Amino acid sequence: MYCANVTVKFIDNSIMNKTDELNKLRRIIGLHKRWDFLFMITGIIALMIAILTFIALFAQMLIDGMPRLSWDFFTSFPSRRPESAGILSAWVGTTLVMLVTAATAVPLGVGAGVYLEEYAPKNIFTEILEINVTNLAGVPSIIYGLLALGLFVYQLGLGQSILSAGLALALLILPVVIVATREAIRSIPVAIREGAYALGATKWQTVYDHLLPYSSAGILTGIIIGLARAIGETAPIITIGALTFIAFLPPSPITEGFPYISFEWLTAPFTVMPIQMFNWVSRPEEAFQLNAAAAGLVLVVMTLTMNGLAIYLRYRMRKNIKW
Amino acid sequence: MQTSAELNQYKSHVRALNFYYGAFHALKNIDMALHANKITALIGPSGCGKSTFLRCFNRMHDLYPGNRYDGEIILHPDHVNILSHKVDPIEVRMRISMVFQKPNPFPKSIYENVAYGLRVRGIRQRAVLDEKVENALRNSALWDEVKDRMNDLAFNLSGGQQQRLCIARALATDPEILLFDEPTSALDPIATASIEELIADLKDKVTILIVTHNMQQAARVSDFTAYMYLGELIEFDETDTIFIKPKHKQTEDYITGRFG
Repeated sequence: MYCANVTVKFIDNSIMNKTDELNKLRRIIGLHKRWDFLFMITGIIALMIAILTFIALFAQMLIDGMPRLSWDFFTSFPSRRPESAGILSAWVGTTLVMLVTAATAVPLGVGAGVYLEEYAPKNIFTEILEINVTNLAGVPSIIYGLLALGLFVYQLGLGQSILSAGLALALLILPVVIVATREAIRSIPVAIREGAYALGATKWQTVYDHLLPYSSAGILTGIIIGLARAIGETAPIITIGALTFIAFLPPSPITEGFPYISFEWLTAPFTVMPIQMFNWVSRPEEAFQLNAAAAGLVLVVMTLTMNGLAIYLRYRMRKNIKW
Repeated sequence: MQTSAELNQYKSHVRALNFYYGAFHALKNIDMALHANKITALIGPSGCGKSTFLRCFNRMHDLYPGNRYDGEIILHPDHVNILSHKVDPIEVRMRISMVFQKPNPFPKSIYENVAYGLRVRGIRQRAVLDEKVENALRNSALWDEVKDRMNDLAFNLSGGQQQRLCIARALATDPEILLFDEPTSALDPIATASIEELIADLKDKVTILIVTHNMQQAARVSDFTAYMYLGELIEFDETDTIFIKPKHKQTEDYITGRFG
């Protein structure tokens, strides 16, 4: 009897001790979880600041610019009268400059990337080269403008032309393309590479038949992101001396007579979207500000479309490749 | 002097082979013979150099800087030393095919996977390609399963099918030696059994060298077995001898599971 009592008491005691202990634990957990909550709130606020700012800017531009967007806006040259001014020379200029940029940066960038990743011997010289390529991506764009002004415009005598601008922007995005190419190639498993070599493929056969096709999604994404950056660049284009007011188009690339293709447009003076915007923003009249907003809207849509395309292509091309 | 009949029974002789990964001496003075149309298994604990040894046969080490061979691997019947600097590794790889540890089909169609080795050799005629692809797939016991979907992506096949596809890819070019680097270590037991059966069937057509970490597999499929330890070839003999009465205590300890 006495003995049993003691046992009951002992159990009671141990349960109480346990409850105490658990309560202490729960308090500590609660205290720790407060930090989770605090961080979550901070995170949401930080995110909102970024997103809301962008939404506010975009909405303002939408409200200001939307009424100005019409067929005429795209097919008219700039004008002293704001209501009849358009972005024809600007978007044509941008398109042609982008053509030159892509045609130069893609072969050079992909070629350099493939060389560095697959062919270059691993030594101190290559190492230094690699560090420099990565650092080039961080060089301010106006420096590229100065380089282009000295080299393309004066040294090579290309003038203040579409060609000079396209080459300047190509230099600017070259590091982006090189890095994207290298990363895309590096993500291909060693087993695939060795599989090709084991069948007697040469380096070039391995690169051309396997590495390039399998990394094309990544490379393409890099190219598009580079072009999306280039399309909005203003500083290097101004530096090489693009005109801010231009009321004619470059000569057409397609001609009536033989050989049907002309490259005269390469040497033509030009303007681009951001410069057209800059020009309008600097005017005192309110109506020109609205034009600037409308042009900005077009530019943003162009950039977003390109980024969207990059995401879509990456998704599409990666679907068949899983490793 | 060996007579030509004696030489005919050998596909290859390894003589005083040393291999270095930079300063690391990975293979030490290996002497061995590969019997023609036989299966030779390389066994030994992890890191003993068996894969390194296998990869000397198709000069895979040439792909990476800092590797060095010393010694000879003589390939018969032309007695060429395939490790010689004068021999192009690409030529060696065209004569000696390899199947890897993990199935590594290219992200292309089933057909293109098998045809790739042929395309590398410059074969373009569709009829020739078709025939060789079919033969290779029949020889790797995959034809019936894939003949109606040759244009499907190879990734849609199961693991075991992918490995048989890789064997077909290696076979399509009629290699003289087929190297297997632990070909079943990434597969389930059923797929493993089918690959083993296939390897056993293939020795009529090609000399086979197989690395395996699985001693039962070596015992089941091989005619000759080499036991390696820390870069040295400890014992090389007919598989029955190695597994029933090995000469070295170390070999016996390993195959009876007392060590490894």
